[in-house]
Amino acid sequence: MERKTALKRTSLYVSGTNPVNMIQAGFYNEDCMVFDLEDSVPATEKDAARLLVYHMIRDHRPAGKYILIRVNGIYSEWIDEDLEAAVRARPDAIRIPKVEYPEEVTMIAQKISRIEEEAGIEVGSTELWCNIESYMGVFNAYEIATASDRVVALALGAEDFTASMRSQRTKEGAEIFYARNAVLMACRKAGVEAVDAVFSDINDLEGLKRDTALTKNLGFDGKTVVHPRQIDVVNSFFTPSAKEIRYAKRVLEAVEEGKRQSKGAVTLDGSMIDKPMELRALTTLAQARAAGIPV
Amino acid sequence: MRLTKAGIAGTMESSDVMVTVRPAEEAGIRIAIESKVEAQYGDEMRQTVLDVMNDFGIEAAEVELRDRGALDCVIRARTQTAVCRALGTGFDWKGEDR
Repeated sequence: MERKTALKRTSLYVSGTNPVNMIQAGFYNEDCMVFDLEDSVPATEKDAARLLVYHMIRDHRPAGKYILIRVNGIYSEWIDEDLEAAVRARPDAIRIPKVEYPEEVTMIAQKISRIEEEAGIEVGSTELWCNIESYMGVFNAYEIATASDRVVALALGAEDFTASMRSQRTKEGAEIFYARNAVLMACRKAGVEAVDAVFSDINDLEGLKRDTALTKNLGFDGKTVVHPRQIDVVNSFFTPSAKEIRYAKRVLEAVEEGKRQSKGAVTLDGSMIDKPMELRALTTLAQARAAGIPV
Repeated sequence: MRLTKAGIAGTMESSDVMVTVRPAEEAGIRIAIESKVEAQYGDEMRQTVLDVMNDFGIEAAEVELRDRGALDCVIRARTQTAVCRALGTGFDWKGEDR
């Protein structure tokens, strides 16, 4: 299935319990809005959150945002009904917590296919983000990223990852440096996007800047944020340079020229341009436009 | 379908509504609304509740809405949750496909 490109600089979680937060979140500058059915929803409110998130997305979907629903854990008692609601809400993607094995992705994808078919939704259209939140998830990241065509992104979850490693979570992040690189390499090899972990201290904007500079320099496509005040800081780091914009334009021009000449393979500066490179070029230009740079 | 016990859903926070549904002896859906905007939106709020009750096939109930400026979709979600809790059943998601 042909996937649309979408900016994923910032992903803001919004609790499925709270209508006012859902409404307000539509007015911030985050690219991706994640309606949460998992950690922010107490066990006694899971039923209410499913219905609230479903109706909010169906009736008041914020314009211009990539919409996700984070469902409860793969082995939780809530996952099946979460998927029934989430798929029918027609988000851009469902975010699956703590994925550790490719078989888990296959199982979830099959359930989604059945629901899409029942609901008259194009089968395969619901994308998946897999949260990588344990050493096993990091270990199997590439297999997870390639387990289904639905997977478009992996997102590192640092808090649970460090718990699984028995390491201490620090602001400097040395304890997640390997995991960041391992997830990122898996994403690049698989041709999916890489979303970095949150910076938890919402009052430390200088710390957030240092952390996001690392996120950007390592090569991530975006970062999960936990508070609206983090959004503009993170977005600013994902504004592409003039050099990056020029290169993206050259990639897309070469692709167009190849189509005009009916070429099967297209090269630029001696390197073949593959689909992930084309998508990254489109993303670069979208990032530039989002930052107000004319392209 | 007949209610045998009460169900409550929602909160008293801004943009939310607390919905209580109770069994009633007499046929009909009686709706009581506490809202600052009842004069403007009371009819729409009642219609949303009636639509939900109709979808569940409930013919007798007392429904109380304590509204704090909820959107129509929030009233729908909270009423559906309250009814499911009163009935002790999950929501029929396949019903949304019709």
